[in-house]
Order: sequence, then structure tokens, then C-alpha cells
Amino acid sequence: MAGSAVSMPLGEGSGVLPRRAGLLVFGISAVASALLCLVLGFSPFVWLIFTGLFSLVTITVWSLAVEGRRRALDRVMTVVIVEIFVLALVPLISLVYTVVSEGLARFDVQFLTEDMRGVVGEGGGAFHAAMGTFIITAFATVAAVPVGVLAAIYLVEYGKGRLKRSITFFVDVMMGIPSIVAGLFAFALFALFFGPGIRLGIMGSVALMVLMIPIVIRSAEEMLRVVPNSLREASYALGVPKWLTVLRVVLPTALAGIVTGVMLAVARVIGETAPLLVTTGSIDTTNLDPFDGRMANLPVYVYEQYKFPGVPPEAFIERAWAGALLLILIVMVLFLAARLISRRYGVEIRR
Amino acid sequence: MNQTETMKEKEMVDAQAGPADPIMDPPASPSATATVDALAKRIDAEDLNIYYGSFLAVKDCTVSIHPNKVTALIGSSGCGKSTFLRSLNRMHELIDGARVEGRVLLDGMDIYSPSMDPVLVRQQIGMVFQQPNPFPTMSIYENTAAGLRLNRRRLKKTEIDGIVERSLRGAHLWDEVKDRLEKPASGLSGGQQQRLCIARATAIEPEVLLMDEPCSALDPIATLAIEDLINELKKRYTIVIVTHNMQQAARASDYTGFFNIEKSGDPGVLVEIDETEKIFSNPSLQETEDYVSGRFG
Ligand SMILES: Nc1ncnc2c1ncn2[C@@H]1O[C@H](COP(=O)(O)OP(=O)(O)OP(=O)(O)O)[C@@H](O)[C@H]1O
Ligand SMILES: [Mg+2]
Repeated sequence: MAGSAVSMPLGEGSGVLPRRAGLLVFGISAVASALLCLVLGFSPFVWLIFTGLFSLVTITVWSLAVEGRRRALDRVMTVVIVEIFVLALVPLISLVYTVVSEGLARFDVQFLTEDMRGVVGEGGGAFHAAMGTFIITAFATVAAVPVGVLAAIYLVEYGKGRLKRSITFFVDVMMGIPSIVAGLFAFALFALFFGPGIRLGIMGSVALMVLMIPIVIRSAEEMLRVVPNSLREASYALGVPKWLTVLRVVLPTALAGIVTGVMLAVARVIGETAPLLVTTGSIDTTNLDPFDGRMANLPVYVYEQYKFPGVPPEAFIERAWAGALLLILIVMVLFLAARLISRRYGVEIRR
Repeated sequence: MNQTETMKEKEMVDAQAGPADPIMDPPASPSATATVDALAKRIDAEDLNIYYGSFLAVKDCTVSIHPNKVTALIGSSGCGKSTFLRSLNRMHELIDGARVEGRVLLDGMDIYSPSMDPVLVRQQIGMVFQQPNPFPTMSIYENTAAGLRLNRRRLKKTEIDGIVERSLRGAHLWDEVKDRLEKPASGLSGGQQQRLCIARATAIEPEVLLMDEPCSALDPIATLAIEDLINELKKRYTIVIVTHNMQQAARASDYTGFFNIEKSGDPGVLVEIDETEKIFSNPSLQETEDYVSGRFG
């Protein structure tokens, strides 16, 4: 065994590729295939594929010649993984590009400060819809977060036996509720009390809350679970009762993670269209009272502008794109805020 | 020894050349014990059987733990030392399905009697764990005061300040951290964190201090510092310490108890407990002698 190991050569190829050889190969392949595509008149999509294939082949051959099999395989796998990653990014990049380029046309001060009262053609804005989205989502969040976090605390810290199992099961079920069903639930609930045809901003909040609760429970549960048991024990050993331990030791440790989870849940429901379509209705004027009448919101606004264009249709389509851009920006701000919070207040949890 | 972090030499010097006798400092709060070398409480365990579910982990343990003495528990891995220790302050029952039969008397009061509140028991019998576990969200100051604050004892800020300083001095940590009390505790070295945990445990002035391998994650220098500390703490507390380090047991303890186990799956048994000198020089059982002299298996 030892003898054969010694007699084996330490490496087939003795050389090493220059630093950043991978980047270099990608660059050259990109340029080369760009030239090729220009000459042959192929589309950018073909250019991407060509670049991928070229760099894969080049790095393989080059590395095999200089570095030997083991390192060549490593290079191939790296390139393949990077390329698959880029492939996965393509839809995202294309989407952002399209929305930004189409949406910028109407993304102006007027769009952000005016509503659609009396607007028949060009002009108008989405102020009423943006405010509606904020209000509806805020109410949903205010209701969903306590319920979700408390349920998570129950599941992680207190729950036992059948009740815990059934709650976990129902959270799973809630997770799978199609959003339109949540909307219909809210509609049916309010119709029961106020008669059919009722449309309120708060109904939208109820629908979004139903969608948010399971997400908040799941993420908060996850975060509470990674709080090391040794911290709970340390607290108990100081003679601190359980509820105080949860409140003062476990929750603060998990707080950053829980906040991040809540932000992601908000980002997830803020773009829901179907449940709002059936609950909040749509309206052209600014309504800031969720308990009184229809309330505009961005997803429905975008949908209506796109679905029922008037004259000239371009004005409506442009407003739809600008609304979509605004929505994406809001979600992005939320994501960034979540990142910042978890970086700023997050504690390192060592296990 | 698992050396996570080599302590600077300075730390050792600081630790040993701290204030002449921190325990002699006058107590800051009037509620603190009036005499400095207060008589701590004794523990008597009677016929203790400790279970995890249906698994009997420690069998028929009867033992007296003397006040203001250090009792070391030794024995091979898995023989139930931690289990026994955790049953002394009702931490054992926090594990699902775990239970204890028998009695544990703290100065004659059964801590397992139904009328006893486990929270109050744990306020009197503190614990230091194998891995330092300061609260990561809290500063050094808040960690030390955690027991006082979390138990909602109504104390003035100046009183808490006094207790924090006294506890940190008592743990030989004050000089190293006095300029950064508001910094997070996670910024301390492993040895400093362990001393912080000791300060945190002593800040609520328990009667008994249980330590489960408090030095196993520390380097030899920090270990010596903690042994020194234990030696001083016993003026004030009754101390039970689990250790795998024979020299440590011999150096730091007054009494030594030896746990053994017939074969794996059997319950652990406290086979012999006596004065440390006797256990290490002339134990009455052959198996104890084999273990302390390193001949076993
Ligand atoms: N949470 C638990 N659930 C079930 N059995 C356990 C649990 N903790 C410990 N045990 C069992 O109880 C017995 C005693 O364990 P214990 O931790 O008290 O040993 P120990 O003497 O402290 O060992 P070490 O020196 O390795 O720390 C072992 O057989 C162990 O497998
Ligand atoms: Mg142990």
C-alpha cells in the first residue's frame, strides 16, 4: 500500500495556470463568440451559449495540457457551476431589465404624487395605489406578526404532543393555500357580516394576513430553533423562570432573524394581486381609510392599467410598467432593510 | 487539554495578582450576607435514582456534600457525573422524560418536595457549564447582572453596579474588563468568558455552586486561574465540580467522589467518596485506586 503510494507520481502535470485563468478564458471566449455572432448575425442568446461552451472547452484543454487531470476536473466543475448559476440569473436579469426600461418612461414626480381622479388618457399617477399598498400591507403585518411569532414560540418552547403536531400540520396546510382562496375567504367572511358586494381595504389585509401567518411562523420557528439550548440552560441555572427566559434571552437572540423573516414575508405578499382583486376592489381616488370603501393598491393598479387600456393605450401600458417598477423597488428596499437589520443587530450564534 | 485560545501571559498575572482578597471587600448591598466567610448550605442526597425516560442513569446515590468545601466528582465518561450534578439543582428535569427519585436536602429542606419551586432552588444552587455560555445579546455588564435583572429584583442602579463589580472582582475578571463593560461578552476569550459565567453565577449569591467540567475548554494557564478562583470561592459557597483531570481534583478539592459503571448500559454508581487525600493516596476500593492511578479497563 505504502509502496504503491510512493511509486505513484505526485501530479501528472507539473505546471500551474496563471492566476485568474478562469476569468481570462471567460473574457476571451466572450469576445471571440461576440465576433462570431456579429459576423454570422446571431442573437445575444446564442452569444451567451457560445461563450459558455467556448470557455468550457478552452479551460478543459488548457488545464489538461498544463496541470493534469485532477486540477482540470476541478476547473471544469467550477466553470459548469458558474455557468449554471448565470443561467439561473438570466430570467431575473431579463425581468429587471425589461421592467426598468419600460417603466422609466412614466416613473416621474407626477406618477408618484398624483392619483387617477379624472384622468382619461395621459398623465395621472399611482399615489393612491402606493398608499393603499402600504396601508393594506401594514395592517396585515401588524396582525400577522404577533400571531406568527407567538405560535412559533409555542411550537419551539412549549408545544408537546398532539396539539403541537396538529398545529405544525395546519401551518403546512396554510402554507399551501392558493392566494386567491385566501382572498375568497376574506371576501366570504366580510360578506357574512356586511352583505355581498362589500369592498374594503381591511379585507385585503385579512387576506394577506392569512398568507403571511404561516410564513412568519415557519421563519420564526427556524430562528428560535437555532438559539442554542445552552443559553436557555444558563438562564434557568440563574433561577430565571421559563417565560422570562423566553422573553429576555431567547427572543432577543433570535430577534434579527425573526425581523428578517417578517420582512421576507411582507415582500412575499406585497405583490399579491388575486386576493386583493376580490377584496379591495379598485378605485381612482386616494382613499386612506381601510375601513371605508374600496382602496387602490399597486398590484391591482398594474393589472387594471394593463387589462383595460383606454385611449391612447400607450399611456395605460406605460403606467402599468411604472407601477410594476415601483412595486419592485419597494420589495427591493424591504429586502435591503432586512439584510441591514440582520447584519446590524444579528448576533453570531455559535453552536 | 482542548486549548481553544492561548491566553496572554498578562491575563494570568492579572488573574493572580488581583485585589488582595476580593471576598473581603465589604458587600455592596445591604441584602448581601453580612459576614464575609458566610457559612454556605450543605447538600444531602438520599437514595437518588436518576432516569432518562426508562433508562436509569444513576443508581442509589447517597452522599453528603459539606458546606464551604470543594467536592470533586471524577469517573469515566458516561458514568453519570453530569446527570448527578444537574439533579442537584433541578436542571435534570428540563430534559424531556427525565425524572428523579429520592431526596435532595439543602440544609434539611427537600428540593424535590412538591411545594418547592424549582426556580427558587436554582437561585440558591447556581451552575457553571462546560462550555462558556454568556448571553450573546448582552454586554459584559448585562451578563453579570443578568441574574439580578431577569429575576426582577428591585435594586437601584448603584446597587447593581456594586454587585457587578464585586462579582467580576471575585471572578478575577474586573481588571481585564473594567474599561469595556458595555462591550458584548462575545468579544472575550474563552477563559475570560468562563470567568464571566462564574461571575454571573455568583452575582445572585447562591449557596452552592455546581461546576460541570468548567476548565475542559481552557488552556492550562486559564485552568490554574480558575482553580485559584475556586479555592477562594469556597470561603463563601459550597462547591461541587466535575472534572476529568485527576491533578485538578487532587489540587483543588477537599472531597472527591468516584463514579463508576459496570458496563455500558448499566446505571452509574457513586462507588466511593472521601477526603481527597485519602482517595488519591489510600482509597478503600481497588477500582478507585485503579482509576486514580490510571490503571483501568
Ligand atoms: N439527554 C439524555 N437523554 C438520554 N440519556 C442521556 C442524556 N444525557 C445523558 N444520557 C445518558 O446518561 C448517562 C450518563 O451521562 P452523563 O452525561 O451524566 O455522563 P458523564 O459522567 O457526565 O460523562 P462525561 O464525563 O462524558 O461528561 C450516559 O449513559 C448517557 O448516555
Ligand atoms: Mg458530563
